[in-house]
Amino acid sequence: MTGLRHLLASADLDRASAIALLDTAEDMADVATRRVPKLPTLQGRTVANLFFEDSTRTRLSFEAAAKRLSADVITFSAKGSSVSKGESLKDTAQTIAAMGIDAVVLRHAASGAARVLAESAWIDAAVVNAGDGTHDHPTQGLLDAYTMRKARHGADSRGQGLDGLRVTIVGDVLHSRVARANLGLLPTLGARVHLVAPRTLLPFGAEQWPVTTSSDLDAAIADAPDVLMMLRIQQERMHAAYFPHEREYAGFWGLDEERFARLHADTMVMHPGPMNRGLEISAAAADSERSLVLDQVANGVAIRMAVLYTVLSGGRHAGAREAGAA
Amino acid sequence: MSGTAYLIRGATLPDGETTDLLVREGRIAERGAGLSDRGAIPVDAAGLRALPGLVDLHTHLREPGFEQSETVLTGSRAAAAGGFTTVHAMANTFPVQDTAGVVEQVAALGAAAGYATVRPVGAVTVGLAGERLAEIGAMARSRAAVRVFSDDGKCVHDALLMRRALEYVATFDGVVAQHAQEPRLTEGAQMNEGALASTLGLAGWPAVAEEAIIARDVLLAEHVGARLHVCHLSTAGSVDVIRWAKARGIAVTAEATPHHLLLTEQLIAGDAALDPDAVGHRGYDSRLKVNPPLRRDEDVRALRAAVADGTIDIVATDHAPHPVESKECAWAEASFGMVGLESALSVVQAALVDPGHLDWGDVARVLSRTPAEIGRVPGYDAPFAPGSPAHLTLVDPTARRRFGRAQLRGRGVNSPYLGRELPGRIVATFHAGVATVLDGELQTLPTPTDHEVA
Amino acid sequence: MQTRAVLQQADIQRALTRIAHEILETNRGASGLVLLGIPTRGALLAERLGAILAGLDAEIPVGALDVTMYRDDLDRHPTRTPQPTRIPAAGIDDRTVVLVDDVLYSGRTIRAALDALGAHGRPRAVRLAVLVDRGHRELPIRADFVGKNLPSSAAERINVTLAELDGEDAVTITGGEADGGAA
Repeated sequence: MTGLRHLLASADLDRASAIALLDTAEDMADVATRRVPKLPTLQGRTVANLFFEDSTRTRLSFEAAAKRLSADVITFSAKGSSVSKGESLKDTAQTIAAMGIDAVVLRHAASGAARVLAESAWIDAAVVNAGDGTHDHPTQGLLDAYTMRKARHGADSRGQGLDGLRVTIVGDVLHSRVARANLGLLPTLGARVHLVAPRTLLPFGAEQWPVTTSSDLDAAIADAPDVLMMLRIQQERMHAAYFPHEREYAGFWGLDEERFARLHADTMVMHPGPMNRGLEISAAAADSERSLVLDQVANGVAIRMAVLYTVLSGGRHAGAREAGAA
Repeated sequence: MSGTAYLIRGATLPDGETTDLLVREGRIAERGAGLSDRGAIPVDAAGLRALPGLVDLHTHLREPGFEQSETVLTGSRAAAAGGFTTVHAMANTFPVQDTAGVVEQVAALGAAAGYATVRPVGAVTVGLAGERLAEIGAMARSRAAVRVFSDDGKCVHDALLMRRALEYVATFDGVVAQHAQEPRLTEGAQMNEGALASTLGLAGWPAVAEEAIIARDVLLAEHVGARLHVCHLSTAGSVDVIRWAKARGIAVTAEATPHHLLLTEQLIAGDAALDPDAVGHRGYDSRLKVNPPLRRDEDVRALRAAVADGTIDIVATDHAPHPVESKECAWAEASFGMVGLESALSVVQAALVDPGHLDWGDVARVLSRTPAEIGRVPGYDAPFAPGSPAHLTLVDPTARRRFGRAQLRGRGVNSPYLGRELPGRIVATFHAGVATVLDGELQTLPTPTDHEVA
Repeated sequence: MQTRAVLQQADIQRALTRIAHEILETNRGASGLVLLGIPTRGALLAERLGAILAGLDAEIPVGALDVTMYRDDLDRHPTRTPQPTRIPAAGIDDRTVVLVDDVLYSGRTIRAALDALGAHGRPRAVRLAVLVDRGHRELPIRADFVGKNLPSSAAERINVTLAELDGEDAVTITGGEADGGAA
């Protein structure tokens, strides 16, 4: 794998780098089962979690990942600190840079914020994008890919892509960084992606992406995809004329019990969480054996360990290799 | 200083003629080959193009109210450095240029600075709020003699108000310069709507938001028999609408900015990727954030063709300085706008002259004569004719330079061209016979009261 | 630059057989033994040793122990992707673990392996078997079982190829010139 200085967008990963990250995560997942569920790898390194936008789930997942690698963790979050929408990214970045930071995990409401930070001269740390606006959330894309690979290949996952896997993503693609994270990664790994949404929630120009699109969930289900990924409908969309009301949305694009019953036996159900049960997904589907929702959460820590390890190792002395070392 | 005489030797005029020009007492005193200097300071213009002083119909000078971004003095110095001798100062100041008092103050500041004629643009509506007409008549009658009215930055989107504005402004031989942006279609919009915006996760700014307003406005202008000017066209569809309107005989004029003639949305994706040493744009480079947004390559090509065939009448800079902190942030948090006075002629050369769309005579038309006509600015109808005001600039079109901070002479450094190689260089600028730029250097003018202004 | 073969396929086989016998001898039989190879080639050598020992009626559990995450030189090298760790089902607690690697050099890999072992249990004893010991130790570590001592200059490069991975068995030595180029 080539040195990965930052992780800013899932589309920045080539196939080899993506598979190397997924393979590394395989080993990270094993760590939790060991007598000492912790690695010394990042001892003496400091990771700053910089959350301009509140996301307890993602923040805890990154914190756990950093700590399992023995890194020190500093957390700034919108709640309970001076970081708020009023404080600029530059000021906050320079403040933490002054503390001596090796990596920044950045969550920000503005698309591109992680890239702006990484390419600025404000800071010299590795930057990991933990969600930027409606742009990307690459560790989510990776953990979804990991979850799919595990579901398909099990213990033989190492080294595998997602070749031929058919993934259907349903719902608010327009506002979803999770959808973009998957779109940026899954085709690289050989999967075929199909988007299903009302026209109002499909991004303009999506037909130029390497995907197929439609508005018919029933046809998509009948097509027996390997994975059906349901996206969350945000409350604020319900009143902005993207669709008339939530009952109509659920009627056309919700994975209700009747549709769930029609799912092909091998179709797995995913959701990035948090779920609106009864709206985009029924409780029966969410809690079924074919739901990978809890696997997604569990795999998040292993993926984030792999990412932190990768951006904080190597790279700076690329090409140097110990002669004769095994 | 207009007391100083200059003998410009061997300049090539826009029509190709090579001549000497004697500048004295603010005017072109003589024109012809082999003029004797009679004590005038000689200026060697061999190999240089003489252009009439450039006229910008669309400049943000920010004063009063936003002096941390620009002042009338700093903005008109930037204008001189770019070869401009007249700029139209947009109305979105604080207080807004919606009364005779404010426009007279801005005009007076311009006269005091002396680098260029500053023609204030009057607001169409009070406070740019889009609710009721500003005192258009009083501004027209004032010493500032306002002829261009615009809520630029905001669209006069209420159809009835726009109709009334067109009619009322016509009463005073003025023109409404419309910022064509349908507000509801552009709520939260960040960049041109399309696959790239969707990929970058930036809210889309659809072309139709501009085109729909232009279509409505040309029909309104036809209906009431008033003239209309459309600011900063950015889409191929807008060009089609203007072309249709002109064919129909509607009194519409249109402008394009230099940046919309050169830059495309693709730059926002970044071409320097993660290599800090590479020359080029970083991803989400907020210097590229502008209103209207940078569009597709096919739009740029349509705009160039439209300037070439006269569908688009003029090039105007939309010079929009901002303080550094307004751009050193994430894209969505950054202000819209880029500075453009200092780079305009170079960008026009790169986008239109060098590829063969325009000759230098056309450049004189789109950057001087026609904008002066639209703005009813006197003194630009017969450039280089003895007796005319000596507004002119000398350009070395063979020069190539890496555009840098040193070229920026206003307060704003939010230029997308920093680091980019551009053709052409302003060697001298004369505003009413006063050398504001000489030997490529911006001149320091004496204190305001020492000279008269055209 | 010159490359010369130091061990051929038969030499490697002979060395491994000898090591297998020495392991049984030192341990006084097979009881409590676990072989853990260090990926990539150490793990292959451990598999071979296991097979040789099985032929001697000594069924010894064989696993792999990846040490990547325990290295102290992560920022001095391009990022390494860790390889799988496979600990035999019976575990390593109170057993005699024989670590297996291809080349013993600075000793840092073995230091990392000792740390990695601690995360999986507490062996009664840890031994070290290597195919080649080339010297230049930087830590107080030595091998218990050595296929071939190969005094070398630091500028030379020792390259181990194994049939399973590289198509043929060989140990070669390259260089003399300060080169350090990648394999």
